[in-house]
Amino acid sequence: MPIGPVLFSLEIDARGSHCPGPLMELIRGLKSAHEGEVIAVISSDLGSNTDIPLWVRKSGNELVAVEKIDHEATRFVVRKHVRAQ
Amino acid sequence: MYGQFPPDAPGHTDPLPVPAGSMTPATANRLAIVLFSGTIDKLMSASIMATGAAAMGMDVEIFLTNWGALAFRKDDFKTNKRVSADFADYQSTLLEQMAAKHVTSWMENLEGAKEIGNVHIAACSHTMTLFDLQLSDLEPIVDEVTGVAAFIEGARDSAMTLYI
Repeated sequence: MPIGPVLFSLEIDARGSHCPGPLMELIRGLKSAHEGEVIAVISSDLGSNTDIPLWVRKSGNELVAVEKIDHEATRFVVRKHVRAQ
Repeated sequence: MYGQFPPDAPGHTDPLPVPAGSMTPATANRLAIVLFSGTIDKLMSASIMATGAAAMGMDVEIFLTNWGALAFRKDDFKTNKRVSADFADYQSTLLEQMAAKHVTSWMENLEGAKEIGNVHIAACSHTMTLFDLQLSDLEPIVDEVTGVAAFIEGARDSAMTLYI
């Protein structure tokens, strides 16, 4: 699924889930992803705008893109970190 | 040393002598929560705090006491509709909105926190005795029954302690 030049292999639609639900969905998704894999989560919870970028940075993953879908939903695209060899 | 008045401040007193080795700075990456309340508004709040801390990489230590322990009796969470007495007039609104918006229950939140982080839940032995409860009477999410000193030892060097 394309988002500009960024491709992701999995999209989790967490719309309607409340804080910290979308973040939890992202964490679960990344847990089962392989290193370097890019996945997306869509959230309609306003807390995600602060919490997801903060968590992604803190956890050493990479926020590839943040895209507003409509007036209430945002897509966060995240690449799972690659551990140093 | 933190938490001391500057020497010239009103209220300054020389610190009490402290036995060597008994002061531990708050250095552990841990959130400690005393969960005293058994109403779903506060259980929800505690579960979300615990989940947020676990997500941000903190250990979480929860101490269930009084109504907080009763709320973890087996199957109790399935029928618990209590809200704080000071907002009793919001009970029906809260329950309706939680159902309408498919809000995950506080128990599900705690299960999620345990899934992603190091979350330990202990029930207060005093409360257990008071209400004739055994660990087996509580939901399996509760790890053990401990005394207050065990919790205090964990809270002593925690970065944060909440009383909910």
